[in-house]
Amino acid sequence: MADHEQGNQSKDPLQPLVGPATSAYLQIKKIFQLFLLPVFITFFILFGIWLLLSGRFDLFHISLGVISCMIISFYSCDLLFSQPVNRRIPLVWFRFIKYIPWLLYQIFLANIHVMRLVLHPQMMELIDPKIITFKSRLKSDMSLVTFANSITLTPGTITVYVSVYGDFRVHIIDQASGQALPGEMEERIARAFGE
Amino acid sequence: MMDVIAVILLFCGLFFFTGGAVGIIRFPDFYSRLHPAGKLDTAGLLMAMAGMALHTIHDLSMSSLFTGFKILLIVVFVFITSPTATHAIIDAGVRAGLRPWTKKEKEEHP
Repeated sequence: MADHEQGNQSKDPLQPLVGPATSAYLQIKKIFQLFLLPVFITFFILFGIWLLLSGRFDLFHISLGVISCMIISFYSCDLLFSQPVNRRIPLVWFRFIKYIPWLLYQIFLANIHVMRLVLHPQMMELIDPKIITFKSRLKSDMSLVTFANSITLTPGTITVYVSVYGDFRVHIIDQASGQALPGEMEERIARAFGE
Repeated sequence: MMDVIAVILLFCGLFFFTGGAVGIIRFPDFYSRLHPAGKLDTAGLLMAMAGMALHTIHDLSMSSLFTGFKILLIVVFVFITSPTATHAIIDAGVRAGLRPWTKKEKEEHP
């Protein structure tokens, strides 16, 4: 365990060098933030899903779950948290959960809109497919991915391309679908991720 | 009562699925066909799965509650993977150089 933490610390290129002068407390805090906290959070998420999927609460099945979740979270905690965990993460998740009902409502409205287009007799006059481009002010990877997936989930708009700097190319099916972009959805995502 | 709501939700889901299938046939090109194909299914799936979950948890025992949660998990995972898959398909189309269909008069007066 201790060997692994040391190896992890020296291998990680993002971490600033910890000189001999810094106190042991800071080093422990660094190790905790970089390695242990992601492992713990990943473990609890995985174990929750295990309990939900297995539905059996006898000792044998739970211990099997604990062992496999520990192994998986030990080896692949860096998939879920590619950046060091900071204090804001629970807050971000809470605000993200508040964002979901609004997204579902938007999906529902846009579904009815596309449904009307599909079943309309003069469909070919109503639709006007094209690719539009715009620049988003979102910065972090996570918020850009959320924004792109939200655009694609909303019917009438599909994200064609996203760059890391926030350039979006979106295929829209008619003018009404494209007018809402980036607009309120971007604002709400920016609020959820604290940007 | 629960069963009536579940059946209504299932029929709403079927309506959206049917709309998606009709849209795939009616829309003019590859890109616009992805709109009903990828996305009307999400609303249809949400409603159909909500109906099935309601029908399952109707006796409120522990195991049926777990089954209901699992059905909701299907919705969560489809909502994560479906836009990613749609984006992968449309990106493949753009990379292959397929030009999107636009209205003729727009092409004459750019």
